[in-house]
Amino acid sequence: MKFVDEFRDTNKAKTLIKAIKEIAKKIAPRQSKPLQIMEFCGGHTHTIFRYGIEQMLPDTIEMVHGPGCPVCVLPMGRVDDCIALAENPDVIFTTFGDAMRVPGSKKSLLQAKADGADIRMTYSPMDALNLARKNPDKDVIFFGLGFETTMPSSAFTVLAAEQEGITNFSLFCNHITTVPTIKAVLDSPDMKLDGFLAPGHVAMVIGERPFDFIAQDYNKPLVITGFEPLDILQSLWMLLQQIEQGRSHVENQYTRIVQPNGNTPALTAISLVFEQREFFELRGLGSIDHSAVRMKPAYAAFDAERKFSVANIKIAEPKSCQCGEVIKGVIKPWDCKIFGTKCTPETPIGALMVSSEGACSAYFNNGYDKKKLA
Amino acid sequence: MNTSFDSTIKIPKTKFSGQTITLSHGAGGKAMHDLIELIFVNTFKSSELSLLEDQARFDLTPLTALGDRLAMTTDSYVVDPLFFPGGDIGKLAITGTVNDLAVGGAKPLYLTCSMIIEEGFAIDELHRIALSMKKTADEAGITIVTGDTKVVPRGFADKLFINTAGIGVIAQDIQILASRAEEDDVVIINGYIGDHGAAIVDARGELALEMSIETDCQVLNHLIQDMLACCPDIHCMRDATRGGLATVLNEFAIASDVAITLEQSQIPIRDEVRGVCEVLGLDPLYLANEGKLVAIVKKADADALLNVMKNHPAGVNSAIIGSVGTFPQGKVLLETGFGGTRIIDMLVGEQLPRIC
Repeated sequence: MKFVDEFRDTNKAKTLIKAIKEIAKKIAPRQSKPLQIMEFCGGHTHTIFRYGIEQMLPDTIEMVHGPGCPVCVLPMGRVDDCIALAENPDVIFTTFGDAMRVPGSKKSLLQAKADGADIRMTYSPMDALNLARKNPDKDVIFFGLGFETTMPSSAFTVLAAEQEGITNFSLFCNHITTVPTIKAVLDSPDMKLDGFLAPGHVAMVIGERPFDFIAQDYNKPLVITGFEPLDILQSLWMLLQQIEQGRSHVENQYTRIVQPNGNTPALTAISLVFEQREFFELRGLGSIDHSAVRMKPAYAAFDAERKFSVANIKIAEPKSCQCGEVIKGVIKPWDCKIFGTKCTPETPIGALMVSSEGACSAYFNNGYDKKKLA
Repeated sequence: MNTSFDSTIKIPKTKFSGQTITLSHGAGGKAMHDLIELIFVNTFKSSELSLLEDQARFDLTPLTALGDRLAMTTDSYVVDPLFFPGGDIGKLAITGTVNDLAVGGAKPLYLTCSMIIEEGFAIDELHRIALSMKKTADEAGITIVTGDTKVVPRGFADKLFINTAGIGVIAQDIQILASRAEEDDVVIINGYIGDHGAAIVDARGELALEMSIETDCQVLNHLIQDMLACCPDIHCMRDATRGGLATVLNEFAIASDVAITLEQSQIPIRDEVRGVCEVLGLDPLYLANEGKLVAIVKKADADALLNVMKNHPAGVNSAIIGSVGTFPQGKVLLETGFGGTRIIDMLVGEQLPRIC
């Protein structure tokens, strides 16, 4: 398959792993603990597990699987809000597939669907807009979810609905922003990270510059990374070179997609439709200032939060859950008290067990267990 | 939407042509009688069915000549859409049940056919499906011997559900069991994985893909007869339907208490199917198949068996895709080709597309 197989070439992977091992060896004498490198994005986590990349790395490198899985960090209260919206008999509620299983305080969207709510999986907000065209007697709500990667498609859909004068479409906006979330991880007192693989698709939209503060203010090296296995390996090698040379810069490995200034039409659409929220709660991380966007008053007619009464209730996280510490790399998934016992992919308690991109779910599904590896 | 009808099937004209199913077609009276006669009995053309008794009857003697055990299975078919590239619900209802018998080493002989039809369904479509069932039954060499027809009010079923049950005979000395995988055995599959799952996603028409993937829906009993003739000591064999290759191998690993290791590079998969999976964030190892069997055999038997399979039209792309070991027990591992491995677990629920 063109443009895919080239980035999965096993011989090139072997060369890169060899280079990574060589440079890791040079750094090792300076280390008092394994290097902790965070891949922020759930897409990276997925690739790392799918190709077994973590097992190929030397012991002196530890991957920390960050909070960049939008499904995982979705707070329970917002899932409850979704279900309340979806249970309105005049509503068709549309969502990306992997949000279906996220547990709310009482049930998930999948359970709400079985109970009779009209909930449909779509692959794009434009599909939801199509449903609105076809069902003029229903209110079609799209569950806008994700970081800057999915924000432009939501914004463009709202703009298209406005232009066409479609009045029965609205967006339940839960889009979150990358930079404040990374900043919250960096500001955490127990932060021990040595460098970042930055999210390539977020960078495709926002460009390279918003990541500068990580290198400049926090002195952490960072490489914007693509999603194929060779992308990850090459980025790790680039990151290790920075560490070895004592540099902390923003470097771009994903040049085939990411432009330094991002994608102007996408950024324009985002700024037309969305504005910053003062704060937003992320599961496992708590409330973070400016970590999300909401719709501007000019688009109130397309804003499900304004159009319907959304309770916006804050639900306390289960006390036993240690997702926050896992996300920050303080503990490994298997160190959590309930990992694999009370909390499994079948009965997820913590956010990270919910989606296949969540670190705990990935560890569990891939059979990673401290006892088995030891 | 991508629908494709089997162009070799011609629908004969009947007094029902152009009509739709009403509740009276399931009410037990003349309308039902005529429907069964014209659409099913005339199509399936079996002597047992033509008697129109409440049950099919067969002599035991010819059955005992074939083997020493009866095999019986049943399956319900609720696929949406009813017609999809390379097949339809009727073809599926025959292949599915025939294959479930055949993978146990049975020679499939007789099938039942039970239809639950939603009021308003086009009788021509029903006829087309019955003809497709007959065509597939003939290919498999089995007979549809008895059936049932129910009509439910609009909204109480989605167009058409079919249940088929089948009976076959297992020859002496054949012991195919999920619990028989042993260390150093090898895993063989008869061709490309995921075609059916991808074809159904494509046929639902939600994605507007610029290509068409055909289902792999096919009967496997003739291929399996050839396989058993070459290697009667097949240890494990199942068809990899819902849940795909990954699920079947997990069943074997758990039942046999062994570890099964797959080599990613050896698993046959079409570029189109990989493409669909890439776009949707699905894993082809879990996609449904309707004409794929997975067999576990002694390593010493593998090459000759593979050769036989490749020489059969239903096994041209057969491949050895993995091997059986001892650790970790009850697990399926995938060697990624990168020197890494990952565990291939059972799915928790249905596969859900990822956001990004």
